[in-house]
Amino acid sequence: MKRIIPMWIAIIGGFAMMLSSFVPLAESAGEMFADVFNVVAAIAFVLGAGSLAKQHLEKLSRRDAGWGYSIITLGSFLITLFIGLGKIGIHPNEQFPQAAYSGSNEMEGSAFGWIYEYMITPLTSTMFALLAFFVASAAFRAFRAKNTEAILLLVTAFIVLLGRTFAGVVLTGWFPDWASGLRLENLSIYVMQVFNTAGNRAIMIGIALGVAATGLRILFGIDRSWLGGGDA
Amino acid sequence: MSGGNFNNTNASARPWFERLDRIDRRWIFLLMFLAVSGPILWIGVTGKTLPEAPTLAARAVFQEIDQLPAHSLVLISFDYDPASAGELQPMATSLVRQCAAKNLRMVFIALWPLGNQVAQQTIQDVIGDDYPALKEGDDFVNMGYQAGNEAVMKLLLTDFAKAFPKDSRGEATSNIPMLKDVKMVSDFPLLISVSAGYPGSKEWVQYVISAYNEKMNFVTGCTGVSAPQLYPYFPQQIAGLLGAIKGAAEYESMVNESLAVDGVATAPKYLQAQRRMGPQLVAHLLMVGLIIVGNVIFFARKRRGAA
Repeated sequence: MKRIIPMWIAIIGGFAMMLSSFVPLAESAGEMFADVFNVVAAIAFVLGAGSLAKQHLEKLSRRDAGWGYSIITLGSFLITLFIGLGKIGIHPNEQFPQAAYSGSNEMEGSAFGWIYEYMITPLTSTMFALLAFFVASAAFRAFRAKNTEAILLLVTAFIVLLGRTFAGVVLTGWFPDWASGLRLENLSIYVMQVFNTAGNRAIMIGIALGVAATGLRILFGIDRSWLGGGDA
Repeated sequence: MSGGNFNNTNASARPWFERLDRIDRRWIFLLMFLAVSGPILWIGVTGKTLPEAPTLAARAVFQEIDQLPAHSLVLISFDYDPASAGELQPMATSLVRQCAAKNLRMVFIALWPLGNQVAQQTIQDVIGDDYPALKEGDDFVNMGYQAGNEAVMKLLLTDFAKAFPKDSRGEATSNIPMLKDVKMVSDFPLLISVSAGYPGSKEWVQYVISAYNEKMNFVTGCTGVSAPQLYPYFPQQIAGLLGAIKGAAEYESMVNESLAVDGVATAPKYLQAQRRMGPQLVAHLLMVGLIIVGNVIFFARKRRGAA
Protein backbone atom coordinates (compact mmCIF):
# COMPACT_ATOMS: atom_id res chain seq x y z
CA MET A 1 0.00 0.00 0.00
CA LYS A 2 2.89 2.35 0.82
CA ARG A 3 3.95 2.16 -2.81
CA ILE A 4 0.63 1.68 -4.61
CA ILE A 5 -1.17 4.75 -3.22
CA PRO A 6 1.64 7.27 -4.06
CA MET A 7 1.96 5.66 -7.50
CA TRP A 8 -1.74 6.15 -8.26
CA ILE A 9 -1.64 9.72 -6.95
CA ALA A 10 1.25 10.39 -9.35
CA ILE A 11 -0.54 8.72 -12.27
CA ILE A 12 -3.86 10.52 -11.75
CA GLY A 13 -2.18 13.87 -11.01
CA GLY A 14 0.17 13.55 -13.97
CA PHE A 15 -2.61 12.70 -16.43
CA ALA A 16 -4.82 15.48 -15.06
CA MET A 17 -2.05 18.06 -15.47
CA MET A 18 -1.25 16.81 -18.97
CA LEU A 19 -4.87 16.71 -20.12
CA SER A 20 -5.59 20.17 -18.65
CA SER A 21 -3.29 21.63 -21.31
CA PHE A 22 -5.29 20.05 -24.15
CA VAL A 23 -8.82 19.29 -22.93
CA PRO A 24 -10.87 22.26 -21.58
CA LEU A 25 -12.96 19.91 -19.40
CA ALA A 26 -9.85 18.78 -17.53
CA GLU A 27 -8.76 22.36 -16.74
CA SER A 28 -10.39 22.41 -13.30
CA ALA A 29 -8.76 19.09 -12.38
CA GLY A 30 -5.38 20.52 -13.43
CA GLU A 31 -6.04 23.60 -11.28
CA MET A 32 -6.93 21.43 -8.30
CA PHE A 33 -3.69 19.47 -8.59
CA ALA A 34 -1.74 22.72 -8.96
CA ASP A 35 -3.38 23.89 -5.70
CA VAL A 36 -2.46 20.62 -4.03
CA PHE A 37 1.10 21.01 -5.30
CA ASN A 38 1.28 24.46 -3.65
CA VAL A 39 0.14 23.00 -0.34
CA VAL A 40 2.69 20.18 -0.63
CA ALA A 41 5.41 22.74 -1.51
CA ALA A 42 4.56 24.69 1.67
CA ILE A 43 4.69 21.49 3.75
CA ALA A 44 8.04 20.67 2.13
CA PHE A 45 9.49 23.76 3.83
CA VAL A 46 8.62 22.25 7.23
CA LEU A 47 10.06 18.92 6.13
CA GLY A 48 13.22 20.67 4.92
CA ALA A 49 13.59 22.51 8.22
CA GLY A 50 13.19 19.25 10.15
CA SER A 51 15.72 17.51 7.96
CA LEU A 52 18.22 20.35 8.37
CA ALA A 53 17.86 20.29 12.16
CA LYS A 54 18.15 16.49 12.31
CA GLN A 55 21.25 16.35 10.11
CA HIS A 56 23.13 19.03 12.05
CA LEU A 57 22.09 17.71 15.46
CA GLU A 58 23.43 14.28 14.46
CA LYS A 59 26.66 15.89 13.29
CA LEU A 60 26.94 17.73 16.60
CA SER A 61 26.26 14.66 18.73
CA ARG A 62 28.88 12.65 16.83
CA ARG A 63 31.37 15.56 16.95
CA ASP A 64 32.01 15.11 13.22
CA ALA A 65 34.60 17.24 11.44
CA GLY A 66 33.33 20.84 11.18
CA TRP A 67 30.72 20.40 13.94
CA GLY A 68 31.33 24.01 14.94
CA TYR A 69 29.70 25.11 11.69
CA SER A 70 26.62 23.10 12.64
CA ILE A 71 26.26 25.24 15.77
CA ILE A 72 26.31 28.36 13.59
CA THR A 73 23.80 26.84 11.14
CA LEU A 74 21.40 25.72 13.86
CA GLY A 75 21.81 28.98 15.79
CA SER A 76 21.09 31.09 12.71
CA PHE A 77 18.17 28.85 11.80
CA LEU A 78 16.56 29.06 15.25
CA ILE A 79 17.10 32.81 15.61
CA THR A 80 15.63 33.50 12.16
CA LEU A 81 12.71 31.15 12.86
CA PHE A 82 12.02 32.84 16.20
CA ILE A 83 12.18 36.33 14.68
CA GLY A 84 10.02 35.31 11.72
CA LEU A 85 7.33 33.51 13.71
CA GLY A 86 7.40 36.04 16.53
CA LYS A 87 7.21 38.95 14.05
CA ILE A 88 9.83 40.79 16.10
CA GLY A 89 10.01 44.53 15.49
CA ILE A 90 7.03 44.84 13.16
CA HIS A 91 4.39 47.55 13.30
CA PRO A 92 0.66 46.84 12.92
CA ASN A 93 -0.79 46.88 9.40
CA GLU A 94 -2.31 50.27 8.46
CA GLN A 95 -5.66 48.56 7.84
CA PHE A 96 -5.71 46.85 11.23
CA PRO A 97 -3.94 49.23 13.63
CA GLN A 98 -5.47 47.51 16.68
CA ALA A 99 -3.92 44.12 15.87
CA ALA A 100 -0.30 44.15 17.05
CA TYR A 101 0.80 41.28 14.82
CA SER A 102 -1.05 42.29 11.63
CA GLY A 103 2.09 43.73 9.99
CA SER A 104 4.31 41.83 7.61
CA ASN A 105 7.81 40.56 8.29
CA GLU A 106 8.95 42.25 5.08
CA MET A 107 8.06 45.74 6.25
CA GLU A 108 10.76 48.33 6.84
CA GLY A 109 12.29 48.33 10.32
CA SER A 110 11.44 44.72 11.15
CA ALA A 111 14.10 42.45 12.66
CA PHE A 112 13.60 40.10 9.73
CA GLY A 113 14.34 43.00 7.37
CA TRP A 114 17.48 43.78 9.37
CA ILE A 115 18.70 40.19 8.98
CA TYR A 116 17.99 40.40 5.27
CA GLU A 117 19.75 43.71 4.75
CA TYR A 118 22.76 43.32 7.01
CA MET A 119 23.39 39.57 7.00
CA ILE A 120 21.86 37.73 4.03
CA THR A 121 22.67 40.37 1.43
CA PRO A 122 26.38 40.89 2.26
CA LEU A 123 27.01 37.19 2.95
CA THR A 124 25.47 35.88 -0.26
CA SER A 125 27.01 38.68 -2.33
CA THR A 126 30.43 37.87 -0.87
CA MET A 127 30.06 34.19 -1.71
CA PHE A 128 29.12 35.08 -5.28
CA ALA A 129 31.98 37.59 -5.62
CA LEU A 130 34.54 34.98 -4.53
CA LEU A 131 33.85 33.14 -7.79
CA ALA A 132 35.88 35.74 -9.69
CA PHE A 133 39.02 34.81 -7.74
CA PHE A 134 38.64 31.08 -8.21
CA VAL A 135 37.76 31.43 -11.90
CA ALA A 136 40.94 33.48 -12.43
CA SER A 137 43.05 30.85 -10.69
CA ALA A 138 41.38 28.05 -12.67
CA ALA A 139 41.91 29.94 -15.95
CA PHE A 140 45.64 30.15 -15.22
CA ARG A 141 46.08 26.52 -14.16
CA ALA A 142 43.62 24.52 -16.27
CA PHE A 143 42.76 26.40 -19.48
CA ARG A 144 45.49 24.82 -21.65
CA ALA A 145 45.51 24.24 -25.42
CA LYS A 146 46.04 20.50 -25.06
CA ASN A 147 44.07 19.39 -28.14
CA THR A 148 41.89 20.70 -30.97
CA GLU A 149 38.75 20.88 -28.81
CA ALA A 150 40.61 22.83 -26.12
CA ILE A 151 41.96 25.24 -28.77
CA LEU A 152 38.43 25.85 -30.08
CA LEU A 153 37.25 26.48 -26.52
CA LEU A 154 40.13 28.90 -25.93
CA VAL A 155 39.43 30.89 -29.09
CA THR A 156 35.72 31.08 -28.20
CA ALA A 157 36.59 32.19 -24.66
CA PHE A 158 38.84 34.97 -25.99
CA ILE A 159 36.16 36.19 -28.40
CA VAL A 160 33.46 36.26 -25.71
CA LEU A 161 35.70 37.66 -22.93
CA LEU A 162 36.93 40.51 -25.12
CA GLY A 163 33.75 40.99 -27.14
CA ARG A 164 31.61 41.45 -24.02
CA THR A 165 33.70 44.46 -22.91
CA PHE A 166 34.95 47.73 -24.38
CA ALA A 167 38.22 45.92 -25.22
CA GLY A 168 36.52 44.46 -28.28
CA VAL A 169 35.65 47.92 -29.57
CA VAL A 170 39.20 49.20 -28.97
CA LEU A 171 40.87 46.19 -30.59
CA THR A 172 38.67 45.70 -33.63
CA GLY A 173 36.42 48.77 -33.81
CA TRP A 174 38.59 50.15 -36.62
CA PHE A 175 37.69 47.29 -38.98
CA PRO A 176 36.01 48.66 -42.12
CA ASP A 177 32.25 48.23 -42.54
CA TRP A 178 32.58 45.39 -45.01
CA ALA A 179 34.48 43.44 -42.33
CA SER A 180 32.27 44.54 -39.43
CA GLY A 181 31.19 40.93 -38.87
CA LEU A 182 34.75 40.24 -37.71
CA ARG A 183 34.64 42.87 -34.98
CA LEU A 184 34.94 41.14 -31.61
CA GLU A 185 31.65 42.51 -30.27
CA ASN A 186 29.82 41.17 -33.35
CA LEU A 187 31.73 37.90 -33.28
CA SER A 188 30.75 37.33 -29.64
CA ILE A 189 27.08 37.88 -30.53
CA TYR A 190 27.49 35.50 -33.47
CA VAL A 191 29.02 32.85 -31.19
CA MET A 192 26.17 33.24 -28.69
CA GLN A 193 23.35 33.30 -31.22
CA VAL A 194 24.56 30.70 -33.72
CA PHE A 195 26.99 28.17 -32.24
CA ASN A 196 25.62 28.40 -28.72
CA THR A 197 21.99 28.34 -29.85
CA ALA A 198 22.57 25.33 -32.09
CA GLY A 199 24.36 23.41 -29.34
CA ASN A 200 21.86 24.35 -26.67
CA ARG A 201 18.88 23.47 -28.87
CA ALA A 202 20.35 20.04 -29.48
CA ILE A 203 20.82 19.54 -25.73
CA MET A 204 17.33 20.88 -24.95
CA ILE A 205 15.64 18.63 -27.51
CA GLY A 206 17.56 15.66 -26.12
CA ILE A 207 16.57 16.54 -22.55
CA ALA A 208 12.93 17.10 -23.57
CA LEU A 209 12.76 13.69 -25.24
CA GLY A 210 14.33 12.13 -22.15
CA VAL A 211 11.90 13.92 -19.82
CA ALA A 212 8.93 12.87 -21.99
CA ALA A 213 10.11 9.26 -22.03
CA THR A 214 10.71 9.21 -18.26
CA GLY A 215 7.40 10.99 -17.64
CA LEU A 216 5.50 8.43 -19.67
CA ARG A 217 7.25 5.57 -17.84
CA ILE A 218 6.16 7.09 -14.51
CA LEU A 219 2.61 7.82 -15.74
CA PHE A 220 2.14 4.25 -16.90
CA GLY A 221 3.62 2.88 -13.69
CA ILE A 222 6.57 1.24 -15.49
CA ASP A 223 9.22 3.30 -13.68
CA ARG A 224 8.74 3.09 -9.91
CA SER A 225 12.29 3.96 -8.85
CA TRP A 226 11.09 7.37 -7.54
CA LEU A 227 9.16 5.48 -4.84
CA GLY A 228 12.47 4.21 -3.48
CA GLY A 229 13.71 0.67 -3.13
CA GLY A 230 14.60 0.08 -6.82
CA ASP A 231 12.47 -0.67 -9.87
CA ALA A 232 10.54 -3.58 -8.42
CA MET B 1 67.05 27.19 8.54
CA SER B 2 69.35 25.13 6.41
CA GLY B 3 66.32 23.34 5.00
CA GLY B 4 64.89 26.72 3.95
CA ASN B 5 68.15 27.68 2.23
CA PHE B 6 68.25 24.33 0.51
CA ASN B 7 64.69 24.78 -0.76
CA ASN B 8 65.41 28.31 -1.96
CA THR B 9 68.46 27.14 -3.85
CA ASN B 10 66.49 24.29 -5.31
CA ALA B 11 63.64 26.61 -6.32
CA SER B 12 65.96 29.11 -8.00
CA ALA B 13 67.52 26.26 -9.99
CA ARG B 14 64.18 25.46 -11.56
CA PRO B 15 63.50 26.93 -15.02
CA TRP B 16 61.40 30.11 -15.11
CA PHE B 17 58.26 28.40 -16.37
CA GLU B 18 58.36 25.84 -13.55
CA ARG B 19 58.58 28.62 -10.98
CA LEU B 20 55.75 30.52 -12.66
CA ASP B 21 53.61 27.39 -12.81
CA ARG B 22 54.03 26.85 -9.07
CA ILE B 23 53.17 30.43 -8.19
CA ASP B 24 51.09 30.75 -5.04
CA ARG B 25 47.48 31.27 -6.12
CA ARG B 26 47.16 34.11 -3.65
CA TRP B 27 49.18 36.22 -6.11
CA ILE B 28 46.46 35.58 -8.69
CA PHE B 29 43.82 36.51 -6.13
CA LEU B 30 45.72 39.73 -5.45
CA LEU B 31 45.88 40.53 -9.17
CA MET B 32 42.13 39.95 -9.49
CA PHE B 33 41.51 42.14 -6.45
CA LEU B 34 43.54 44.96 -8.01
CA ALA B 35 41.91 44.44 -11.42
CA VAL B 36 38.47 44.92 -9.89
CA SER B 37 39.14 47.48 -7.17
CA GLY B 38 41.25 49.81 -9.35
CA PRO B 39 38.50 50.59 -11.88
CA ILE B 40 35.86 50.77 -9.11
CA LEU B 41 37.90 53.49 -7.38
CA TRP B 42 38.71 55.27 -10.65
CA ILE B 43 35.09 55.32 -11.80
CA GLY B 44 33.96 56.29 -8.30
CA VAL B 45 36.29 59.30 -8.30
CA THR B 46 35.90 60.45 -11.92
CA GLY B 47 32.30 59.35 -12.48
CA LYS B 48 33.23 58.38 -16.04
CA THR B 49 31.74 55.29 -17.66
CA LEU B 50 32.55 53.44 -20.86
CA PRO B 51 30.32 54.00 -23.90
CA GLU B 52 27.83 51.25 -24.76
CA ALA B 53 26.51 50.22 -28.17
CA PRO B 54 23.20 48.41 -27.50
CA THR B 55 22.79 45.06 -29.22
CA LEU B 56 19.61 43.86 -30.88
CA ALA B 57 18.52 41.83 -27.83
CA ALA B 58 18.88 44.82 -25.47
CA ARG B 59 17.20 47.21 -27.92
CA ALA B 60 14.28 44.79 -28.14
CA VAL B 61 13.75 44.96 -24.35
CA PHE B 62 13.64 48.75 -24.48
CA GLN B 63 11.25 48.78 -27.44
CA GLU B 64 8.86 46.21 -25.97
CA ILE B 65 8.33 48.46 -22.94
CA ASP B 66 8.45 51.69 -24.93
CA GLN B 67 5.71 50.64 -27.35
CA LEU B 68 3.15 49.90 -24.62
CA PRO B 69 0.42 52.53 -24.16
CA ALA B 70 0.35 54.35 -20.82
CA HIS B 71 -1.49 52.49 -18.01
CA SER B 72 -0.83 49.08 -19.61
CA LEU B 73 -0.40 46.28 -17.12
CA VAL B 74 3.07 44.77 -16.77
CA LEU B 75 3.85 41.70 -14.69
CA ILE B 76 7.38 41.86 -13.27
CA SER B 77 8.75 38.72 -11.67
CA PHE B 78 11.76 39.00 -9.34
CA ASP B 79 13.28 35.55 -9.68
CA TYR B 80 16.58 36.16 -7.91
CA ASP B 81 18.04 36.83 -4.49
CA PRO B 82 20.81 39.07 -3.11
CA ALA B 83 23.52 36.60 -4.22
CA SER B 84 22.90 37.62 -7.84
CA ALA B 85 21.97 41.23 -7.10
CA GLY B 86 25.41 42.45 -8.19
CA GLU B 87 24.66 41.25 -11.68
CA LEU B 88 20.87 41.66 -11.85
CA GLN B 89 19.93 44.61 -9.65
CA PRO B 90 21.05 47.31 -12.13
CA MET B 91 18.82 45.88 -14.86
CA ALA B 92 15.89 45.47 -12.43
CA THR B 93 16.29 49.12 -11.41
CA SER B 94 16.33 50.31 -15.01
CA LEU B 95 13.37 48.11 -15.99
CA VAL B 96 11.24 49.49 -13.17
CA ARG B 97 12.42 53.01 -13.96
CA GLN B 98 11.39 52.76 -17.62
CA CYS B 99 8.01 51.26 -16.68
CA ALA B 100 7.43 53.98 -14.08
CA ALA B 101 8.46 56.74 -16.50
CA LYS B 102 6.09 55.32 -19.12
CA ASN B 103 3.32 55.33 -16.50
CA LEU B 104 2.72 51.62 -16.85
CA ARG B 105 0.87 49.77 -14.10
CA MET B 106 3.34 47.37 -12.53
CA VAL B 107 2.51 44.15 -10.71
CA PHE B 108 5.50 42.70 -8.87
CA ILE B 109 5.73 39.04 -7.95
CA ALA B 110 8.54 36.79 -6.71
CA LEU B 111 9.11 33.07 -7.21
CA TRP B 112 12.30 33.07 -5.13
CA PRO B 113 11.92 33.29 -1.34
CA LEU B 114 14.07 36.42 -1.09
CA GLY B 115 12.77 37.91 -4.34
CA ASN B 116 10.08 39.79 -2.45
CA GLN B 117 12.64 41.74 -0.43
CA VAL B 118 14.62 42.55 -3.57
CA ALA B 119 11.43 43.74 -5.28
CA GLN B 120 10.47 45.86 -2.27
CA GLN B 121 13.92 47.45 -2.21
CA THR B 122 13.71 48.23 -5.94
CA ILE B 123 10.24 49.73 -5.54
CA GLN B 124 11.53 51.95 -2.75
CA ASP B 125 14.67 53.00 -4.67
CA VAL B 126 12.90 53.83 -7.92
CA ILE B 127 9.21 54.49 -7.33
CA GLY B 128 9.43 55.62 -3.72
CA ASP B 129 12.30 58.05 -4.34
CA ASP B 130 11.71 59.29 -7.90
CA TYR B 131 8.07 58.61 -8.79
CA PRO B 132 6.21 59.42 -5.54
CA ALA B 133 3.06 60.31 -7.47
CA LEU B 134 2.52 56.64 -8.31
CA LYS B 135 0.03 55.15 -5.87
CA GLU B 136 0.27 51.65 -4.46
CA GLY B 137 -2.74 49.61 -5.53
CA ASP B 138 -3.55 51.90 -8.46
CA ASP B 139 -0.24 52.19 -10.29
CA PHE B 140 1.84 49.42 -8.79
CA VAL B 141 1.47 46.56 -6.36
CA ASN B 142 3.85 44.04 -4.83
CA MET B 143 2.17 40.65 -4.58
CA GLY B 144 5.14 39.15 -2.72
CA TYR B 145 6.59 35.65 -2.82
CA GLN B 146 4.63 32.53 -3.60
CA ALA B 147 6.05 29.03 -3.11
CA GLY B 148 5.49 26.34 -5.71
CA ASN B 149 7.74 27.26 -8.64
CA GLU B 150 6.13 26.00 -11.88
CA ALA B 151 2.87 25.24 -10.07
CA VAL B 152 2.46 28.98 -9.44
CA MET B 153 2.99 29.62 -13.14
CA LYS B 154 0.40 26.96 -14.02
CA LEU B 155 -2.08 28.60 -11.64
CA LEU B 156 -1.39 32.01 -13.17
CA LEU B 157 -2.52 30.59 -16.51
CA THR B 158 -6.05 30.15 -15.20
CA ASP B 159 -6.51 32.21 -12.04
CA PHE B 160 -4.26 35.09 -10.96
CA ALA B 161 -6.06 35.64 -7.64
CA LYS B 162 -5.67 31.99 -6.69
CA ALA B 163 -1.92 32.11 -7.29
CA PHE B 164 -1.58 35.40 -5.40
CA PRO B 165 -4.59 35.76 -3.06
CA LYS B 166 -3.21 38.89 -1.37
CA ASP B 167 -0.45 41.44 -1.81
CA SER B 168 2.58 41.92 0.43
CA ARG B 169 0.61 44.38 2.62
CA GLY B 170 -2.05 41.74 3.25
CA GLU B 171 -4.65 43.38 1.00
CA ALA B 172 -6.89 40.85 -0.77
CA THR B 173 -6.27 40.70 -4.52
CA SER B 174 -9.98 41.26 -5.21
CA ASN B 175 -9.77 44.62 -3.37
CA ILE B 176 -6.81 45.97 -5.38
CA PRO B 177 -8.20 48.48 -7.90
CA MET B 178 -5.56 47.95 -10.60
CA LEU B 179 -6.20 44.18 -10.60
CA LYS B 180 -9.98 44.25 -10.89
CA ASP B 181 -9.86 43.28 -14.58
CA VAL B 182 -7.07 40.74 -14.20
CA LYS B 183 -8.29 37.15 -14.38
CA MET B 184 -5.21 35.36 -15.61
CA VAL B 185 -1.65 35.97 -16.73
CA SER B 186 -2.62 36.61 -20.35
CA ASP B 187 -4.34 39.83 -19.22
CA PHE B 188 -0.85 41.29 -18.96
CA PRO B 189 0.41 42.36 -22.39
CA LEU B 190 3.99 42.16 -21.14
CA LEU B 191 5.77 39.83 -18.75
CA ILE B 192 9.22 40.74 -17.44
CA SER B 193 11.38 38.32 -15.50
CA VAL B 194 14.69 39.16 -13.87
CA SER B 195 16.04 35.72 -13.33
CA ALA B 196 19.06 34.06 -11.73
CA GLY B 197 18.13 30.45 -12.47
CA TYR B 198 15.39 28.06 -11.42
CA PRO B 199 12.54 28.92 -11.39
CA GLY B 200 13.01 31.75 -13.84
CA SER B 201 13.02 32.77 -17.47
CA LYS B 202 13.21 29.26 -18.88
CA GLU B 203 10.21 28.08 -16.86
CA TRP B 204 8.23 31.20 -17.82
CA VAL B 205 8.81 30.28 -21.46
CA GLN B 206 7.92 26.62 -20.95
CA TYR B 207 4.81 27.07 -18.83
CA VAL B 208 3.38 30.48 -19.71
CA ILE B 209 4.76 31.93 -22.93
CA SER B 210 4.41 28.68 -24.85
CA ALA B 211 0.68 28.81 -23.99
CA TYR B 212 0.13 32.52 -24.66
CA ASN B 213 2.86 33.47 -27.11
CA GLU B 214 0.45 35.44 -29.30
CA LYS B 215 -1.38 37.21 -26.46
CA MET B 216 1.55 38.46 -24.43
CA ASN B 217 5.21 39.33 -24.90
CA PHE B 218 8.06 38.30 -22.68
CA VAL B 219 11.36 40.04 -22.00
CA THR B 220 13.94 38.92 -19.53
CA GLY B 221 17.20 39.80 -17.86
CA CYS B 222 19.43 37.00 -16.65
CA THR B 223 22.83 36.16 -15.23
CA GLY B 224 25.82 35.48 -17.49
CA VAL B 225 25.79 31.75 -16.81
CA SER B 226 22.12 31.34 -17.75
CA ALA B 227 22.21 33.57 -20.87
CA PRO B 228 23.47 30.79 -23.20
CA GLN B 229 20.48 28.64 -22.24
CA LEU B 230 18.05 31.44 -23.09
CA TYR B 231 19.46 32.56 -26.46
CA PRO B 232 17.68 29.66 -28.26
CA TYR B 233 14.35 31.29 -27.29
CA PHE B 234 15.27 34.72 -28.67
CA PRO B 235 13.44 36.36 -30.47
CA GLN B 236 10.44 34.02 -30.86
CA GLN B 237 9.49 33.22 -27.27
CA ILE B 238 11.70 35.80 -25.57
CA ALA B 239 11.18 39.12 -27.35
CA GLY B 240 14.12 40.82 -25.65
CA LEU B 241 17.04 39.55 -23.60
CA LEU B 242 19.51 41.25 -21.26
CA GLY B 243 22.47 38.97 -20.70
CA ALA B 244 24.43 39.71 -17.53
CA ILE B 245 25.91 43.08 -16.62
CA LYS B 246 26.83 43.80 -20.26
CA GLY B 247 23.17 43.54 -21.34
CA ALA B 248 22.20 45.60 -18.30
CA ALA B 249 24.71 48.33 -19.22
CA GLU B 250 23.42 48.50 -22.80
CA TYR B 251 19.81 48.72 -21.64
CA GLU B 252 20.64 51.18 -18.86
CA SER B 253 22.35 53.52 -21.33
CA MET B 254 19.23 53.49 -23.53
CA VAL B 255 16.90 54.20 -20.60
CA ASN B 256 19.18 56.99 -19.35
CA GLU B 257 19.35 58.52 -22.82
CA SER B 258 15.58 58.43 -23.23
CA LEU B 259 14.97 60.02 -19.82
CA ALA B 260 17.88 62.48 -19.86
CA VAL B 261 17.11 66.04 -18.86
CA ASP B 262 19.42 68.79 -20.11
CA GLY B 263 21.73 70.04 -17.38
CA VAL B 264 20.69 67.35 -14.89
CA ALA B 265 23.20 64.59 -14.17
CA THR B 266 21.90 61.02 -14.03
CA ALA B 267 21.73 59.73 -10.46
CA PRO B 268 24.50 57.21 -9.62
CA LYS B 269 21.90 54.51 -8.84
CA TYR B 270 20.90 54.59 -12.52
CA LEU B 271 24.51 54.14 -13.67
CA GLN B 272 25.34 50.98 -11.73
CA ALA B 273 25.55 48.66 -14.74
CA GLN B 274 27.68 51.04 -16.81
CA ARG B 275 29.95 51.60 -13.83
CA ARG B 276 30.45 47.86 -13.44
CA MET B 277 31.63 47.50 -17.03
CA GLY B 278 34.95 49.11 -16.03
CA PRO B 279 35.92 46.41 -13.48
CA GLN B 280 34.57 43.80 -15.89
CA LEU B 281 36.82 45.09 -18.69
CA VAL B 282 40.00 44.91 -16.59
CA ALA B 283 39.02 41.57 -15.01
CA HIS B 284 38.39 40.07 -18.46
CA LEU B 285 41.74 41.39 -19.71
CA LEU B 286 43.42 39.82 -16.69
CA MET B 287 41.70 36.52 -17.42
CA VAL B 288 42.90 36.62 -21.03
CA GLY B 289 46.42 37.45 -19.82
CA LEU B 290 46.37 34.59 -17.29
CA ILE B 291 45.19 32.12 -19.94
CA ILE B 292 47.99 33.26 -22.28
CA VAL B 293 50.64 32.98 -19.55
CA GLY B 294 49.29 29.57 -18.55
CA ASN B 295 49.60 28.36 -22.14
CA VAL B 296 53.11 29.82 -22.56
CA ILE B 297 54.11 27.75 -19.51
CA PHE B 298 52.36 24.72 -20.95
CA PHE B 299 54.19 24.93 -24.29
CA ALA B 300 57.55 25.74 -22.65
CA ARG B 301 57.24 22.61 -20.49
CA LYS B 302 56.19 20.58 -23.50
CA ARG B 303 59.19 21.81 -25.48
CA ARG B 304 61.56 21.09 -22.62
CA GLY B 305 60.03 17.63 -22.24
CA ALA B 306 60.43 16.94 -25.97
CA ALA B 307 64.05 18.17 -25.93
